[in-house]
Amino acid sequence: MAKTFEEINQRIRKGEAVVLSADEMTELVKSEGAKKAAQKVDVVTTGTFGPMCSSGAFVNFGHSDPPIKMSKVWMNDVPVCADLAAVDAYIGATALSDSEGMLYGGAHVIEDLVDGRWVKLRATAYGTDCYPLREIETWVNRDTVNQAYLFNPRNSYQNYACATNGSDHTIYTYMGVLLPKYGNATYCSAGQLSPLLNDPYYRTIGLGTRIFLGGGEGFVSWQGTQHKPTVERSPGGTPVGPAGALALIGDLKRMDRRFLRGARFHRYGVSLYVGVGIPIPILDEEMAAFTGVADGDIETSVFDYSQPVRARQPLGRVNYGELRKGTIEIDGRNVGCAPLSSYKVAREIAGILKGWIEEGKFLLSAPVEPLPAEGGVLPLEVRSKEGI
Amino acid sequence: MAKRRLVLTFPPEVVERPVVAMLVKDYDIITNILRAEIHEGEIGRMLVELDGQAKRIREAVKHLEELGVEVEDAITDIELDDTECISCGACTAVCLPGALKVEGPGWELELDKQRCILCGLCVDACPLQLITVKF
Ligand code: SF4
Ligand code: SF4
Repeated sequence: MAKTFEEINQRIRKGEAVVLSADEMTELVKSEGAKKAAQKVDVVTTGTFGPMCSSGAFVNFGHSDPPIKMSKVWMNDVPVCADLAAVDAYIGATALSDSEGMLYGGAHVIEDLVDGRWVKLRATAYGTDCYPLREIETWVNRDTVNQAYLFNPRNSYQNYACATNGSDHTIYTYMGVLLPKYGNATYCSAGQLSPLLNDPYYRTIGLGTRIFLGGGEGFVSWQGTQHKPTVERSPGGTPVGPAGALALIGDLKRMDRRFLRGARFHRYGVSLYVGVGIPIPILDEEMAAFTGVADGDIETSVFDYSQPVRARQPLGRVNYGELRKGTIEIDGRNVGCAPLSSYKVAREIAGILKGWIEEGKFLLSAPVEPLPAEGGVLPLEVRSKEGI
Repeated sequence: MAKRRLVLTFPPEVVERPVVAMLVKDYDIITNILRAEIHEGEIGRMLVELDGQAKRIREAVKHLEELGVEVEDAITDIELDDTECISCGACTAVCLPGALKVEGPGWELELDKQRCILCGLCVDACPLQLITVKF
């Protein structure tokens, strides 16, 4: 029998909802089947905690006296984008510090803000009749600024590639340090715990979905950049490489540094580890089957990251069951593989979200609008003016 | 029988002495050189695993120290700030001896200092810069 979002919310309000984490659901569906699981379970919680470069935060600093229309702005020496109204800015996670380079960046500024630390703000301006001040230097923190909200254009990627290195020298990538001659491989997905792998066709996750974001509450605000639903999929519906993605928004002031961490990938740059958890309503047997997906059913492709080209040819296909065990086969040889996204924290997130729902503190929201179910990604061609 | 991993630092005047042979011959210790950085006439360092009788190893260490060799327990040469660690696993990708591991059921990072060869690769691989290695 099918359930609606409203019926599930009624049960949550009464404290009667049955909530399982995606790990637990995988076990239940394996032992009792999707039909029974659908009858028993109301909500499945997912989680992921990985580096997500396409992240950042909007901040409004408040007006100084005399006022300034900030044009170039630095926070802790990291340039932030202020090409908005006078005292609005966007801290891009991957911006690098002018003084420390790759050791500190926008992601670290965001982490410092979340943690309530003081951040040095410096701005210059060209000065106008209504905004005469041309320079300011001061200190701000989470509580002195007006709004501070995370707005991440692409998070929670539905699956990701497995990276290795076939060249004869070590390479430093956003997939970590890759040793020469297929010396290792890395992967970056929470697999069976990952949000979009539990709702592969975006039946319940869409615009307006209320989520766990960085330790607080957030929402899905749009499709992620490079959202690419039309891809090859495994029999269970999960894509075999990057596919759907989400743009997420949430109040930075209520987040927690445990789920929002600045990171630097050696000789690559800075990124932000973002904790995301999405509840999935078990509306019917199909959703139970989707959320019952196991690591062994989810496949991804292996790529040689030493080839600096757009269209790399995959070296092979592996599943997350193999990846989790720590060794995969590439070209007939065993290669050790390691994760970059934290399964431990992903589980913690799914557990916290489960607790919130069980306690009746967190209600599900039906999408206001679904995510696009079809579409691909356009490449950037180098065009001449004559050729357009 | 006992096993110990030691980091030996040689001053220039001792670098060219056959210490490994001395350990084997005089103290009956199986000596496995895991890493070495020795250049003629300069200070050199060596990570060794000694396998022999505990008493003989103690005597050998004393002898080395008398020769001017600095002897440290290898496990003190790698440090991990585990209160900040998020157990992402990025460091385990480069740890070929398997000293760093993230495995089920807990998926928490574990460091087995006894297996560490102080190669230092994990230092750059940790996105949170939580590991320091002296060698
Ligand atoms: S120094 Fe080398 S051997 Fe030791 S833990 Fe780090 S990567 Fe492993
Ligand atoms: S890379 Fe750093 S943060 Fe990640 S598991 Fe290793 S020590 Fe912990």
